[in-house]
Amino acid sequence: MNNTIHIQQGRLIDPANAIDQIQDLFIADSKVVALGDAPEDWHADRTIDATGMIVCPGLIDLCANLREPGLEHKATIQSETRAAAAAGITTLCCPPDTNPVIDTPAVLELIKQRAEDAAAARVIGIGALTRKLQGKELSEMGALQKAGCPALSNQRGSADNLQVTRLAMEYASSFGITLFLHAEDPCLADHGCAHEGRIATRLGLPAIPAAAETAAVAQYLALIEETGVRAHFCRISTRRGAQMIARAHYEGVRVSADVAMHQLFLSEMDIADFNPHCHVRPPLRTQRDRDSLRAAVADGVIMAICSDHQPHEDDAKLAPFPATEPGISAIDSLLGLGMRLVEENILSINTLIERLTSGPASILGLDSGKLQVGQRADICIFDPQQDWILNQQSMRSQGKNTPFMGWEFRGQVYYTLVDGIIVHQKPRGQSS
Amino acid sequence: MSQTNLQIDQQGKLKHFLSIEGLNRQLLIDILDTAESFSGVAEQSVKKVPLLRGRTIVNLFFEASTRTRTTFEVAAKRLSADVLNLNISASSTIKGESLLDTLRNLEAMNCDMFVVRHGDSGAAHFIARHVAPHVSVINAGDGRHAHPTQAMLDMFTIRRHKGDDFGRLRVAIVGDLLHSRVARSQIHALNLLNTGEVRVVAPKTLLPKYAEDLGVKIYHDMDEGINDADVIIMLRLQRERMKGARLPSEHEYFQLYGLTEKRMQYAQKDVLVMHPGPINRGVEIESRVADGPHSVILQQVTHGIAVRMAVMSMAMQTQGSSHE
Repeated sequence: MNNTIHIQQGRLIDPANAIDQIQDLFIADSKVVALGDAPEDWHADRTIDATGMIVCPGLIDLCANLREPGLEHKATIQSETRAAAAAGITTLCCPPDTNPVIDTPAVLELIKQRAEDAAAARVIGIGALTRKLQGKELSEMGALQKAGCPALSNQRGSADNLQVTRLAMEYASSFGITLFLHAEDPCLADHGCAHEGRIATRLGLPAIPAAAETAAVAQYLALIEETGVRAHFCRISTRRGAQMIARAHYEGVRVSADVAMHQLFLSEMDIADFNPHCHVRPPLRTQRDRDSLRAAVADGVIMAICSDHQPHEDDAKLAPFPATEPGISAIDSLLGLGMRLVEENILSINTLIERLTSGPASILGLDSGKLQVGQRADICIFDPQQDWILNQQSMRSQGKNTPFMGWEFRGQVYYTLVDGIIVHQKPRGQSS
Repeated sequence: MSQTNLQIDQQGKLKHFLSIEGLNRQLLIDILDTAESFSGVAEQSVKKVPLLRGRTIVNLFFEASTRTRTTFEVAAKRLSADVLNLNISASSTIKGESLLDTLRNLEAMNCDMFVVRHGDSGAAHFIARHVAPHVSVINAGDGRHAHPTQAMLDMFTIRRHKGDDFGRLRVAIVGDLLHSRVARSQIHALNLLNTGEVRVVAPKTLLPKYAEDLGVKIYHDMDEGINDADVIIMLRLQRERMKGARLPSEHEYFQLYGLTEKRMQYAQKDVLVMHPGPINRGVEIESRVADGPHSVILQQVTHGIAVRMAVMSMAMQTQGSSHE
């Protein structure tokens, strides 16, 4: 056996296999080879003392904008995959709105190559559903799937008309490709930058009604039922949207949904002083929406939480609120915020880990996000009691745009392993 | 709210004038009283006071405006300040310069005050947050958010005609509240001055969704909305919004919401008719009303200069004290 690692006495949490107990874990040749007792003739090249720490599958992030190719002044695949590794994320999905757009295998290959060179987190490219994301002609879905795209998306660019969407769904369903859908009707969104609510009214900000989301969910659901496509709703932001997805589940429609971590903490109130770091898309909704999203995550209607990582250069946020670029640099705070949900008794630690590992894995159709013999060893080891502060020094992402700057979090990541290789390591007892 | 901290210095004096929100009633009254003291300057043979001699004020307009820019310029000159007028939309930003770069360059020229108009809500707050500590910022209209000097000149006009007691007044604001920075500031000012009743009259397509949260009563029927009103403030309706999905036609708007002599009978006999200008005759308001005995539209323009002199001098006073 080569490259053998013995992780000792950690609290193993693997929601996919209903494991939550203190036991050892053994890795060899990039795979998990045993839980509990060591395999015969075991010799460890390396032993990690995980006493007091949680050992869980590496986190899987359904949306992290890496900005490369095309926007390297904001971030690079190298900077962001290394930040991901430091945050316990072993797999992240890069949406297709790079420049050039991920609508050919060549662009996907470039991203994969850069990720391999960085040797940190694994990167999965989400392909464009239509050429150049223009909503007119279908992309070469089969080629993209063969090249390694498990899902396709048109991002916020809507198709020219519903017939294009329907045909895209039918074509995609021929090959079992998952569609990542951003439910926002562009006409109703009408170039808005804030939730249509009390704060936008007071501040005179162009507003996006909740109906921009729910009208789009309703349209998509009608077509999903008809075409039978495997579909996933990205970044649900409204109470009504979550209710519609729950209703669809009840009626037997196979759809999944995710939410951005920041939507579980912030509300429209946070933009009250024109804070550009709270300019996000979809916009921060009401406190009531936020609470409903938390409940939907807790009961599994929303089965994944993603970072919706959008690193920006400083200048992108140095403008009047509507003129700033939306998005939060969110990789670094993903687990820390998740642990707050645990502290606030919104989620159990097991549910949190499920929403960050096996939940997203099943959405992507991947047989990962779990710790079992034979699985590749993508692992996160963190101390749930260790405090740390999000600041310029502790943030690894190239983008420092976050409304959570200065927040104190629990859950320091000490080791991250991808394919059994330690891609991040922090000396024990040292917090950020 | 941070607006409070941003606008008011540690002594409670006006540092920037960005929005009515965050100010207190007494400060509003101080502005009106100071404006009153300046209103005589225009009648002097030398229409100047030396209050801001040696100071440089920059009119920084990212949106075209002749009327507002001119009144700010006249106000500054009557205070003996040096004035620079910069039409930014036609210069720096076209060349790709960021708002902050423009600001830094002007700061480097040792300017003391920026009077800012910008198409984005929150622009004045953004600039106030980033200017050097010795510079004051006056909001001359930002997006749909605020136009506080316009609101104060309206309050000044109302007080001149109706006296100090706003509590007995019914004020109706008619028109496109959704896109109106003027209306938001008027509503805050009227409420802060304890106005008896503030009404908004408009179809739903011209109202923001939670308009009643601003502290107004909503009317969709013009006759009901102006019934017994002491003041009617007509808002400007931009031509691009008169047709299409928000309104069927200019004709229908005038039929339903236009202020006519006939409709005026519902209001109080001594009703004041106001408009921030420029007016669309025959669309928002009938000429006979715009030019009639109840109209104070031109007085508003005159009062605008005194109010802007008041705000500029008050903000500069805080600057002076911080220098000393």
